[in-house]
Amino acid sequence: MTEAASRLPVSRLGGPDARTVAKIDLGLSRRYAAERRFRAYGLAAVTIAICFLLVLFGSIVSKGYTAFQQTRVTMMVDFEPSIIAPDGDRSPKAIMSGNAFRFDDLIAASLQKTLEIDPNDEDGLYDALDLLSKGSTPMLRSMIANDPSLIGTKRTVDFYATGDVDAFVKGTIRADVPESQRLIKDKHIVLIDKLKTEGALHLAFNTGLFTNGASTRPETAGVGVALVGSLYMMLVVLVLSLPLGVAGSIYLEEFAPKNRWTDVIEVNINNLAAVPSIVYGLLGLAVFINFAHLPRSASLVGGLVLTLTTLPTIIITTRAALKAVPPSIREAGLGVGASKMQTVFHHVLPLAMPGVLTGTIIGLAHALGETAPLLMIGMKAFIVEYPATPFDPATALPTQIYMWATEPERAFTERTSAAIIVLLAFLLAMNSIAIILRRAFERRW
Amino acid sequence: MGPLWLLALIAGLSFFGFILGHWKSVVLSGKGRSTLAARPGYYGAYVLIWTAMPALLILVALSIARPLLAEHTVRANLPQQVLDNPTQLSLEISGVEQVAAGLKTATPEELENIRIGVVTARSVFAGHGLPLGEDVRPYQLIAASALNLVSDGLDTAVDIAVVAALAFGLIFAFMRVKPRLRARNLVENTVLALLIAASSVAVLTTIGIVLSLLFQALQFFSMVSPINFYFGTVWDPRFAAAGSTESGQFGFLPLFWGTIYISFFAMLVAVPIGLFSAVYMAEYATSKVRSIAKPLIEVLAGIPTIVYGFFALTTVGPLIRDYVAVPLGLGTSGNNVITAGLVMGIMIIPYVSSLSDDIITAVPRSLRDGSLALGATRSETMRQVIMPAALPGVVGAVLLAMSRAIGETMIVVLAAGVAARASLNPFAEMTTITVKIVNQLTGDLEFTSPQTLVAFALGITLFVITLGLNVLALTIVRKYREQYE
Repeated sequence: MTEAASRLPVSRLGGPDARTVAKIDLGLSRRYAAERRFRAYGLAAVTIAICFLLVLFGSIVSKGYTAFQQTRVTMMVDFEPSIIAPDGDRSPKAIMSGNAFRFDDLIAASLQKTLEIDPNDEDGLYDALDLLSKGSTPMLRSMIANDPSLIGTKRTVDFYATGDVDAFVKGTIRADVPESQRLIKDKHIVLIDKLKTEGALHLAFNTGLFTNGASTRPETAGVGVALVGSLYMMLVVLVLSLPLGVAGSIYLEEFAPKNRWTDVIEVNINNLAAVPSIVYGLLGLAVFINFAHLPRSASLVGGLVLTLTTLPTIIITTRAALKAVPPSIREAGLGVGASKMQTVFHHVLPLAMPGVLTGTIIGLAHALGETAPLLMIGMKAFIVEYPATPFDPATALPTQIYMWATEPERAFTERTSAAIIVLLAFLLAMNSIAIILRRAFERRW
Repeated sequence: MGPLWLLALIAGLSFFGFILGHWKSVVLSGKGRSTLAARPGYYGAYVLIWTAMPALLILVALSIARPLLAEHTVRANLPQQVLDNPTQLSLEISGVEQVAAGLKTATPEELENIRIGVVTARSVFAGHGLPLGEDVRPYQLIAASALNLVSDGLDTAVDIAVVAALAFGLIFAFMRVKPRLRARNLVENTVLALLIAASSVAVLTTIGIVLSLLFQALQFFSMVSPINFYFGTVWDPRFAAAGSTESGQFGFLPLFWGTIYISFFAMLVAVPIGLFSAVYMAEYATSKVRSIAKPLIEVLAGIPTIVYGFFALTTVGPLIRDYVAVPLGLGTSGNNVITAGLVMGIMIIPYVSSLSDDIITAVPRSLRDGSLALGATRSETMRQVIMPAALPGVVGAVLLAMSRAIGETMIVVLAAGVAARASLNPFAEMTTITVKIVNQLTGDLEFTSPQTLVAFALGITLFVITLGLNVLALTIVRKYREQYE
């Protein structure tokens, strides 16, 4: 452009002649068009990126929101003593042992009554039993074991319907598909409709999703146990990485002399932040499990590995927060006779604390969603019981999602999306807290 | 006492020490406190450090030494023919550990019965809720009782050592508390040492990664030659039964090709979108649009990768299969390179855009103003002045994003497939280095078979590749920044 401008023929009056002006005008419109195009590309790129985000959220939410409700069948159960405790022993131990089929009989009896099935119609009864989750028997059994005073009474009990019935009621399995390609057969539909008219079948909030552990049956599977595992890991990460990260950054930012060793540490931290997380998993497997013989699948080991993955992030943000505290604070502290250490711990660190906490929360949020390293240390396990301590085998929310994502059953897709919604809700909450903290305490010096 | 009790004891006594030190310094100084060399809290902290530090160090050192000593004991008590079979050794050792755990549950009479051979150890253990896979062999019993003897002795030794250290530290420091003791300097020096230790954790982590990966990878390379590994074109590890010597083929090239091919598609998505949105954000967007759109794009980087994986598996994969791959006759699988690449590309958009945005805004204002003053349009300024100046930094950003793509695991585990093949068809199933690391390490682990150890060889290769890219990118970015500072 500069070259072109210098070569313009100049008229005697000092301006370019008419032909040149026309030429420039012609070029100008082309250049403005290019400008508009370039700008449109930019806008398109931003729009596409945001659209991807919306599509991602939209697809997960639309697949998963139905899982927060679940189909239940409410029936009057007659806790008949002669069936439950044929030998008269009503202790929880006696109820938990012995023939499990006797609880099936209880359920069958109440189904028979609710649906008014002819007692001689065995096939009809079996079809009706198909509607209820196979988890109903153990559920009823532990219910009685927990409260033996139920024996001899009549009470309404909420049973889970199977995942397929649930999908049918929610409309995921459609009735207009030919029967041979449908998981719910016509005879079942008749029974479902009957239950609906009786008022026994209804949708209720799915509390089991938040309280249950792993299960092979989608209707009784939940993220409760995984949530506890994740919570333990977050505690370990918080307890270890906050002090370690803050202490390390204080040294590097406030005390470290500029020499080769601190250079090495600096470069190291920057590179560690970009090491693939799966490599940390391999480290954890080789060091914590194979060498130190810590228990496999324990949330303690998961927490240790995640501490190492989040430490670089926390150090980088903490150093930025410390750097943002103006030197005048330090000089004032030293000026009134405080030692270097006192200046840092009494003045600089408290002023940097909001930034440090923000960084820590964001680091924790990253750790919460981390999956690959946990697979390496065996936190991909079928765990039904809540882990009592961080040393017990546990799963985590993201590994639970991974396991469900690879299940072929349709009802698990819904559950997986719901678990992802729970995970994203946690991340959103953590990031919001970080942003609020930053807004509330941020200082402009 | 268990380690938790010891820790509680240490914490309690240290707190007690703090109070003692504080109290003594106050008493000694009298009313004015002007005679003290430091404030009373520092004397308290001084006693606290002396109480806790030696005890903690001893506890940590012995906890590290314990498993090593235990394993040594087991080895020393195993017969020679067992020791001669290295592939079975780790199994044998864990077997002995199980027997040792079982022996601890047995009552004295039962132990006597086992010794004289009236009952088998297996049945006794099963009665205590510890079922064993096979009968207990006599040498296992010998090794297990030796192990129990040593570990009981070690437990007592740890208890005694920790309690002694606590008592010694507390008394020693308490005796030394005098008004003239420069407690603040001593405490501050200790704190400084702790700070230095904390900052070197990062270096220790790197060393740990390199050493642990290298150690296991070298074991693998002693079974499979590095040339066969790095230049092999067939990946067929053949999960063999434990202890079997038959090993498959471990060709790295198909995995490498899959990784590169998927990353290539990811970059194809992420670089144009990321770069153009960075340009738009830096040059055109009003501050209001910027304040909304920039965080929204960055949300993409905060979403866990497992979520992207699930999205690829259930939404993108079937879409591409049904509407592109099948009509074109190129493939029938929902798991393919395009799906994984596309979704991974979405994930790394913010890595490209954020860093590029920073770099573009870091180009000195004078360059931009000069160009605009000469009559160039904004896009001309961007393309012909700012971009050439920012190019090295942008290249650095792209390299960093690339290293993310190569090391990404969960998306490819769920969306790329497991078939190791090198083909040009982007609708074919392919696999990556990270997928194979996950595959080889699921299920029962046998740390002596090449099928498991290959994961560490893959891991160290991945580490070296990503590290190389990072170092290159960071050097470029740093050089670029220095140019304008």
